[in-house]
Amino acid sequence: MKEYIDLLVSDYTLQIITLGTAVLGALCGMLGSFAVLRKQSLLGDAISHASLPGIAIVFLVLGVKNNNGLLLGALCSGLVSAVFIKGIISKTHLKSDTALGIVLSTFFGFGMLLLTYIQKLPNANQSGLEKYLFGQAATLLASDVWLMSAIAGVSLLVVLLFWKEFKMVLFDADYTKTLGFHVKFIDTLITSFIVIAIVMGLQTVGVVLMSAMLLAPAAAARQWTNSLAKMVFLAGMFGAVSGVLGTAVSASANNLSTGPVIVLIATLFVVVSFVFSPIRGLLFKQIKLWKNRNDLKLMKTLLFMYNLVKDHENVSHPHKIQLLNNFQGYTKKSLKRLQAEDLILLNKSDWSLTKKGFHTAKNLYTHQ
Amino acid sequence: MEAKIAIAIDDLTVAYNYKPVLWDIDLQIPEGVLMAIVGPNGAGKSTLLKSILDIIKPLAGSVTVYGKPYKKQRDLVAYVPQKGSVDWDFPTTALDVVMMGTYGALGWIKRPGSAQKKQALEALEKVGMLSFQNRQISQLSGGQQQRIFLARALVQNAAIYFMDEPFQGVDATTEKAIIQILKELRKAGKTVIVVHHDLQTVPEYFDWVTFLNVKKIATGPVADIFNDDNLTKTYGINYKASIAEGTL
Ligand SMILES: Nc1ncnc2c1ncn2[C@@H]1O[C@H](COP(=O)(O)OP(=O)(O)O)[C@@H](O)[C@H]1O
Ligand SMILES: [Mg+2]
Repeated sequence: MKEYIDLLVSDYTLQIITLGTAVLGALCGMLGSFAVLRKQSLLGDAISHASLPGIAIVFLVLGVKNNNGLLLGALCSGLVSAVFIKGIISKTHLKSDTALGIVLSTFFGFGMLLLTYIQKLPNANQSGLEKYLFGQAATLLASDVWLMSAIAGVSLLVVLLFWKEFKMVLFDADYTKTLGFHVKFIDTLITSFIVIAIVMGLQTVGVVLMSAMLLAPAAAARQWTNSLAKMVFLAGMFGAVSGVLGTAVSASANNLSTGPVIVLIATLFVVVSFVFSPIRGLLFKQIKLWKNRNDLKLMKTLLFMYNLVKDHENVSHPHKIQLLNNFQGYTKKSLKRLQAEDLILLNKSDWSLTKKGFHTAKNLYTHQ
Repeated sequence: MEAKIAIAIDDLTVAYNYKPVLWDIDLQIPEGVLMAIVGPNGAGKSTLLKSILDIIKPLAGSVTVYGKPYKKQRDLVAYVPQKGSVDWDFPTTALDVVMMGTYGALGWIKRPGSAQKKQALEALEKVGMLSFQNRQISQLSGGQQQRIFLARALVQNAAIYFMDEPFQGVDATTEKAIIQILKELRKAGKTVIVVHHDLQTVPEYFDWVTFLNVKKIATGPVADIFNDDNLTKTYGINYKASIAEGTL
């Protein structure tokens, strides 16, 4: 740990990479929240895979070799794929998953084909394109990080500006339309920013894992809050922390490539959130379930007792515990708990209902 | 006295994937009625509302609101969608959803402020949901969710209200509360159009009715046209048995 911090302080390249992955993580988390809430998780996957042929074509046809030029190619082909997907969904009877699947595999397949072709070219300059498959954070330059930061800044501004429109379209697009808002414009804006976030991540995380980078921080954040603003903020934080930690881990351990480690850490956030979140976590739900089940058992015992005594003149008259023997629901422990809650009185081998116990049971009975 | 026409629908035809769902609908809705739209499942009731509101593009036909195209009259119209059409697990609160009713008047980019919040709180109070304002919407019962949707439309203070099955999946208390509000709207001179499922309550709740099954079967005062003849034309010969079985 200390070694890593020393390294971070002294190594300029590492600083750049750390900053880059943090900004990328924050950007992905923020925009990923919108992708998650639109229930279009697969859209991100389709678009990121579909950006591959753009990179290859720009390289092959235009001979461009610098990163920004290649990413521009990725952006174009990502946008084209988004238009294709929307078109297929609106013009045919196909379901949206089918449309996404078709576009994803066609574009990605074509991109791989071009990539293989490029690798066989005699021209030596072709190396380096494979990095867009799984990402190579080490190739991040200061200028890349500035571009990323600028885009993150613009995205944040747009999100703040159109906050209420985004929120309303995500929740209820039809209603938004009746208020006179241009839903298609808002929708296109959201999609465009998601595409841009994906393209920004290609160099670091790569085509294959990019959608996980987009969705994981948002999915994790959703578990901790019921407010959209807090969710977007938390997702940004989770993304940034994943970036920083991922870079740290891969810098400390040799030969671990950064992109996959970042995604792995983001996924860890998801797992932890799904289990431990107090609002929606599985653990908490399970505990609540156990508690409810126990309460239910207690109430059943109480009801059984009530039925035994309800016709007596004195409802608090003691009865033998043996009387309960043909009732499955009771144990010594549950009787003790009923006594602790003042619902019954125990006296050696006898039990009796208290006033409170009688009324609680009576209420239960009438509400059943 | 002839009432003014609030909504006039002319030759409206709508299709999904070339399958006609509404065929050549002509319909005039007088101002100030509380109207039920009834018809079997898949009759196109929701589609009719959506095409009036320009959510779906019709193949043909036109809709006017007080004599002008709907697009110029949006401010006069409020919509309560079917409850099942949104994801109630969306991270937001009851108050937040009702606030959306103010967004139309607010326009692009501007943020809602204390005036908008006040309107929303008033609407929440009207539907008896004031104490639930900060609840996450997934923590509300079906009836409460429906009240929230109604409150969101009330905030718009429109002249015409379209509601898609506002009584679906609500408890008896909510049903009474909602019908009370609808009757108050009518008393205030508003026009209220409700897609309705429960034929038995039509005469009690509504004064106007439209029978729909792809085509318009009939429209008019409940007292005049809510009869066996029109019910049979809309639901088929065995409609009474179907009502008894609850399959309508
Ligand atoms: N988005 C859609 N795409 C294709 N068909 C649809 C769509 N929405 C509705 N339909 C079909 O249109 C018909 C009318 O639907 P709808 O207006 O929802 O009926 P109702 O509200 O009367 O039950 C039904 O047959 C339904 O299956
Ligand atoms: Mg419907």
